[in-house]
Amino acid sequence: MRTPLLEIKNLETVFDTARGSIKAVDGVSLRVQSGETLGVVGESGCGKTMLALSIMRLVPGNGRIANGEIIFSGHDLLKLSEDEMRARRGSEISMIFQEPMTSLNPVLRIGEQIAEAIRLHQNLPAKKALELSVELLRDVGIPDPQKRIRDYPHHLSGGMRQRVMIAMAMSCHPQLLLADEPTTALDVTIQAQILDLISGLKEKNNMAVIFITHDLGVIAQNAQTVAVMYAGKIVESAPVEALFAAPLHPYTRGLLESIPAVCAASGRKGEHLKTIPGTVPGLYDLTAGCRFCDRCPDTFADCKSKEPTLQEVQAGHFVSCWKYDGKN
Amino acid sequence: MSDALVEISGLNKKYALSGGFLSPQKRIVHAVNDVNLQVFRGETLGVVGESGCGKSTLARLMTRLEKPTGGSISFKGENIFSYTKGALKSYRRGVQIIFQDTYSSLNPRKTALSMIQEPLTIHRLGSAREREEKALEIMNRVGLKKEHANRYPHEFSGGQRQRIGIARALVLNPELMIADEPVSSLDVSIQAQILNLLLDLKNDFHLTYLFISHDLNVIRFISDRIAVMYLGRIVELTTNENIYGRPLHPYTRMLLDAVPSCDPQQKERKMKIKGEARPQNGEGCAFQNRCEHRVEICEKEAPPLKKYDEQSHCACHRAGTI
Ligand SMILES: Nc1ncnc2c1ncn2[C@@H]1O[C@H](COP(=O)(O)OP(=O)(O)OP(=O)(O)O)[C@@H](O)[C@H]1O
Ligand SMILES: Nc1ncnc2c1ncn2[C@@H]1O[C@H](COP(=O)(O)OP(=O)(O)OP(=O)(O)O)[C@@H](O)[C@H]1O
Ligand SMILES: [Mg+2]
Ligand SMILES: [Mg+2]
Repeated sequence: MRTPLLEIKNLETVFDTARGSIKAVDGVSLRVQSGETLGVVGESGCGKTMLALSIMRLVPGNGRIANGEIIFSGHDLLKLSEDEMRARRGSEISMIFQEPMTSLNPVLRIGEQIAEAIRLHQNLPAKKALELSVELLRDVGIPDPQKRIRDYPHHLSGGMRQRVMIAMAMSCHPQLLLADEPTTALDVTIQAQILDLISGLKEKNNMAVIFITHDLGVIAQNAQTVAVMYAGKIVESAPVEALFAAPLHPYTRGLLESIPAVCAASGRKGEHLKTIPGTVPGLYDLTAGCRFCDRCPDTFADCKSKEPTLQEVQAGHFVSCWKYDGKN
Repeated sequence: MSDALVEISGLNKKYALSGGFLSPQKRIVHAVNDVNLQVFRGETLGVVGESGCGKSTLARLMTRLEKPTGGSISFKGENIFSYTKGALKSYRRGVQIIFQDTYSSLNPRKTALSMIQEPLTIHRLGSAREREEKALEIMNRVGLKKEHANRYPHEFSGGQRQRIGIARALVLNPELMIADEPVSSLDVSIQAQILNLLLDLKNDFHLTYLFISHDLNVIRFISDRIAVMYLGRIVELTTNENIYGRPLHPYTRMLLDAVPSCDPQQKERKMKIKGEARPQNGEGCAFQNRCEHRVEICEKEAPPLKKYDEQSHCACHRAGTI
C-alpha cells in the first residue's frame, strides 16, 4: 500500500466551554493520497470545519487539539513548532473557506492580496509577484485579469471571489487543498464551474483534496473516497461508488433517501420523502451508546449502551455500527 | 373559466441604486421585468432561479410589502394595490408568507405560543381562550409539542423554528401560502421533514402554494407547475413533468445540467456551463452571453414569453428548434 500524503490518527479536538468540554472532532482517523479527493459529508455542526481547521492547526479560541496525530508527508504536524507550521500553511497545505468575503481583505486590491500571499512563501520582488497573480487569475478563469487585479473584493460577484480565493490557495502549488464548502453559497451554474476548476487544478498538480460539503451530489461527482461524519465521528467511509450504491450505515442510507426527486431519479411527486426522525444530538448531552441510536430504524441490544467503532466490513468500506458486528 | 386565484400582469419592479461615491449616476436594477403569471387555486406553483433573479421581490410584491413600478396583481379578481381598507384586511388574512431565515423573522423575546397566537390577536379573532386553543392545535399539527409552547426562539433548532413560522402562517386559515426558500437553510434530513409537512398541510387545509426555491430537487418534489426566472423575467413556465422531461429554454437546461447527480457513475454533462447572470446594457436576450444556441436575432430582440403549447410558455427565439 502506498504511504498516504496525509494520515490522521485518532484526532480529538476539544472545546472547553462554560457548559463543559465537548469533542467537536472525536477520534477521527483518515488517509488521503496525492491526486485523490476525499469528500467529507455531514450535517451542520458535525465537526467538518473543525476537522479542517485542526489540520491547519487553526482551531479557534477556546478549542484545542487534545489527542492524535496528523502525519503529513511523513511529519506529525502536531509536533511542529508554530514557525514550522506557518511555513507549511498556505504553501504545502492550503484552505479555501465557505464565505470568501470573510477571508479576503476588503481594503486591498485583489492583485495585491494574491501577490502578498505569494511573497509570504516565495522570495520574489513585488512586481514579479503581481505578474504571477495575473497568471493565477487567468488560470482560474477570470476574464481580463490584467484589469481585474486592480479591483477590490466587493467589485466581484460571489463566484469571482471564490475564484480569487482558489487562485490564492493555489499560488504556491500546495500538495493538499482543504476546501470547506467552497460552493455552498453559490448558484448551481456557478458551482458547476468552480467544481470543474478545482478538479482540473487537482489533476494538473496531482494535488490531494479534502472536500467538505453537506451536499451528497457534490460528493458523488467530485470525490473518490467519502467519509460520512455524525456528531464528531466518522461513521462510514468508502470508495464513492460503493458508498452510493450500497451505503451501510443507517444514517448514510437515511441521508441519501431524504434527498428529493432528482437524486431518486424517479420524481415521486406527491409522495412523502423518507425522513430520519428527530435531530442530531447536542454534543453536550451524548450518552454512552451509539450517537445515532435515537434516530435509527434498526437498533440492537448493544446500541444503547456501547459505542461502536469503525470496522472494515468490505474491502475499503468502513462502518461504525453494531449491525455489522457479526452477532447481530 | 380559469380558476386563477392570483393573476399577475405586466408586473415590473425597478430599484434605483446609487452608483457609489465615485459615480454619481444612478444604476437601475430591473428586479422584476414584465412578469405575467397566474396561480391556480389548489396548485403548487414553484418559482426557481438563481440568486438575484427576482424571486423574493416577486414574493414581496405579492404580499404588498412593496409596490410595483408597473403592472398589477389581482387576487380573486381584484387588484391588490387598489384595495379598500376592509378588502386589504381580508387579503392580509388570506395570504401568508413563510421565510427562509426564521431566526430573524421571529421575535427573540416572545414564546412560541405567543408568536403563533399573535396573528389572531392582530385580527381580533376569538376570545383570548379560543386564540390559545387554536394556537395549541396548530402547534400540534405542525409537529411541535405542548412543552414547546413557552420556549423562546433560541431554544429551538432550525427545523423547529421553521415549524413555528409555518404555524404562524397557518393559524389564520389562509388560502394562499407564499413560501420563500422555506427549507434552504436546513440540513437535508430536516428539510425532508419540513417538505413532508408542507405537503400534508396543503391537502388538509386546501392551500395554494407559491413555492420559491433555488434548489431544483426541492422544486421538483413540491411543484405542480414551475416558473423559471432569469434576471427578473420568467423564461419558462410549464408543468413539473415538462421542466424535467422536456426543458425548452437553454437556461432551464443549463440549470438542470448543473445539479450534481447523486449517481457517481453519471458524470457527463450535456453542455458547457459558462458565464454568470449579468444584466446587460445592450439589446437582445438576457441569456445570450451564456447561450450556445445564440443566433443573430438573439442579439437584437429580447424574446417575450410566448405560448409554446397548451401547457407551456417559453421566452426563447429558438424554442422547439434546439
Ligand atoms: N468556538 C466554539 N466553542 C464551542 N463549540 C464550538 C465552537 N466552534 C464550534 N463548536 C462546536 O463544534 C461542533 C463542530 O462545529 P463545526 O463548525 O466543525 O461544524 P460543521 O460540520 O463545519 O458545521 P456546518 O455544516 O454548519 O459548517 C459544533 O457542534 C459546534 O457547536
Ligand atoms: N431593496 C432593494 N434595493 C435595491 N435593489 C434590490 C432591493 N431588493 C432587491 N434588489 C435587487 O433586485 C434583484 C432581485 O433580488 P431578489 O432578492 O428578488 O432576488 P432573489 O431571486 O430572491 O435572490 P436570492 O436567491 O439570492 O434570494 C437583485 O439584483 C437585488 O440586488
Ligand atoms: Mg462548517
Ligand atoms: Mg430571495
